[in-house]
Amino acid sequence: MALLEIRNLHVNVEGAEILKGLNLTIEPGKVQAIMGPNGGGKSTLAKALVGDEAYEVTEGEVLFNGKDLLEMDPEVRAREGVFMGFQYPVEIPGVSNTYFLKAAVNAIRKHHGKDEMDAMEFLELVRERAKRVKLDEGLLQRPVNEGFSGGEKKRNEIFHMSVLEPMLGILDETDSGLDIDALRTVSDGVNAMRDNDRAFLVITHYQRLLDYIVPDVVHVLVDGRIVKTGGKELAKELEQKGYEGFDEAVA
Amino acid sequence: MSASTETIERFNEKGYEAGFVTNVEEDRVEPGLNEDTIRFISAKKNEPEWLLEWRLEAYRNWLTMPEPDWQYVHYDPIDFQAISYYSAPKRDEDRPQSLDDIDPEIRETYEKLGIPLYEQEMLAGVANVAVDAVFDSVSVATSYKAKLAEQGIIFCSMSEAVQDHPELVKQYLGTIIPRNDNYFAALNSAVFTDGSFVYIPKGVRCPMELSTYFRINAANTGQFERTLIIAEDSSYVSYLEGCTAPMRDENQLHAAVVELVALDSAEIKYSTVQNWYPGNAQGKGGVYNFVTKRGLCAGDNSKISWTQVETGSAITWKYPSVVMRGDNSVGEFYSVAVTRLRQQADTGTKMIHMGKNTRSTIISKGISAQEGQQVYRGLVRITPTAEDARNYSQCDSMLMGSECGAHTFPYLDVNNATAQLEHEATTSKIGEDQILYCTSRGISAEDAVSLIVNGFCKEVFRELPMEFAVEAQKLLEITLEDSVG
Repeated sequence: MALLEIRNLHVNVEGAEILKGLNLTIEPGKVQAIMGPNGGGKSTLAKALVGDEAYEVTEGEVLFNGKDLLEMDPEVRAREGVFMGFQYPVEIPGVSNTYFLKAAVNAIRKHHGKDEMDAMEFLELVRERAKRVKLDEGLLQRPVNEGFSGGEKKRNEIFHMSVLEPMLGILDETDSGLDIDALRTVSDGVNAMRDNDRAFLVITHYQRLLDYIVPDVVHVLVDGRIVKTGGKELAKELEQKGYEGFDEAVA
Repeated sequence: MSASTETIERFNEKGYEAGFVTNVEEDRVEPGLNEDTIRFISAKKNEPEWLLEWRLEAYRNWLTMPEPDWQYVHYDPIDFQAISYYSAPKRDEDRPQSLDDIDPEIRETYEKLGIPLYEQEMLAGVANVAVDAVFDSVSVATSYKAKLAEQGIIFCSMSEAVQDHPELVKQYLGTIIPRNDNYFAALNSAVFTDGSFVYIPKGVRCPMELSTYFRINAANTGQFERTLIIAEDSSYVSYLEGCTAPMRDENQLHAAVVELVALDSAEIKYSTVQNWYPGNAQGKGGVYNFVTKRGLCAGDNSKISWTQVETGSAITWKYPSVVMRGDNSVGEFYSVAVTRLRQQADTGTKMIHMGKNTRSTIISKGISAQEGQQVYRGLVRITPTAEDARNYSQCDSMLMGSECGAHTFPYLDVNNATAQLEHEATTSKIGEDQILYCTSRGISAEDAVSLIVNGFCKEVFRELPMEFAVEAQKLLEITLEDSVG
């Protein structure tokens, strides 16, 4: 069974239709990349999957592990195993990163009928994962994203993902604003999580991220629809030719 | 809720037919205010002549004072003749002598409100809390007085203090807040019924948090508490005041006065959690919380710290203040105020610097939701004698929804060029994006709101004693449960 199955998805934002019948299937263990020009609907897809209310689904269905994802509140989607790394991570003043993650981990555990994680065990987990993504340990006690640099924020997203261990990781332009070293550690963090069950949907404008997180499949999303699907070499092609040809194809 | 309703009904059923105001046998005077009312209260409490005269003088002052109208809160004119100025839950001889004697229904109400009055063991040692509960206007239970007395600490009701320690009361009453200080303080001085009295002797560090829970319960009864805390040289006391009231349908005036005096190197920490009935969504009912609170750092190196968490009342109107007269004295004000439904709050502080090297800190966090309106109003005054005074003020407002409001009125009055003042203010809106960020990580929307709000209030909560901080967080969660979405 597919982990994620999107059928004929139509999504409106402020009354305008952005996704116009998108189809996508992700098998467990696979990494799929979505590329495309700005305004094509990449981030809209991510936001609709995570359950942002500003993104109104007007038609279509999304199954996650065979369950109707669109029926679920955002927190239930997360507890079922969907994670999105934000393009613009949000600051939460006065709430420590660790405290925040503990609340998230325990909410997810409760959903699966597990007891709350022991405090010491949790701290060990957090430290180990922070090390994995080279997140400065000082940032664990700091308020969530407050005063973090752009790179630290993105690294923090990958850190959250590695602690929460979702079934599906959606990375919404995680590479934007990262220098090459940060890009490499972020990618290492993602690659360390790849296994036979977990899948990733990597949304990016540029090909360079896909040098580090090598996708199984690359889709091109233009004007609300997937207009081309290919292997990892498609990303290289796009890098050289750009999206212009696709624009015309749609028009 | 049902228990408290029953309690109220039971009081009503008692029927106070004989309402002649000078009848000392009665437990409640008929509504109305005149010199006879004051004579009744004073006689009822068996007060010395000087105190009666003091009250009458305050009353005569009050009659000449105009009711203030500069505040940013709106309410229908108060009919002071429609208020009953004295009510006791029971006749003196029937009054409970200990915690065990308290009416089980009243105790149930307390328990619902989460007040550990019945928890003797907890009061004894575990939580280290002594409770002096005020039910309506009369103190019904005082615990651990004996234990405190061993160290010379006096912790009793104001009525008892008048009887047992008249010299201390006479020396300090009205010295921090004069009886003609303002309209409501004058009214309080005339008709105050009870409150708490604390005296910490020289060099004594009070071994437990002193705590009083105030309550308004009987119909049409104004509450006029009077609290006085005196900390002698090098002493320390932490005092907690928690307020909750059952659902009421009529507006109730609460005009308390709290006076604090800290002598040389003494420290007083005064914490309040206020959760009186806020009225309903249409703005009907709710308590008018018009309180005058002021502390005097009389001695050098003394410190007075106010921490308040204000979630209740239809209208909250108060400015817990510190007058720093002693050199190197310190004044602090930490506040979280929540206005939702149609609640209004005009609150803040006054920091008056007189001594050299005096320092004050103001941290104010305002949260407005639904149709709540909130004002931070603060004065920092540096008098000519206050060399090298310093103040730091931070006023943050958080808005939840689009129909609420937040306003900030900082006043500065600097008369000494060596002063250093810093002021920071922010207004933020609790964002859908913040909530989505939390929910997208598995945290429920309700938990997200309390997480965000608690984070916003963190600097204030950490000033509260531990047990109180936990209660305050819970209170905020319950209060704001339905405010977002």
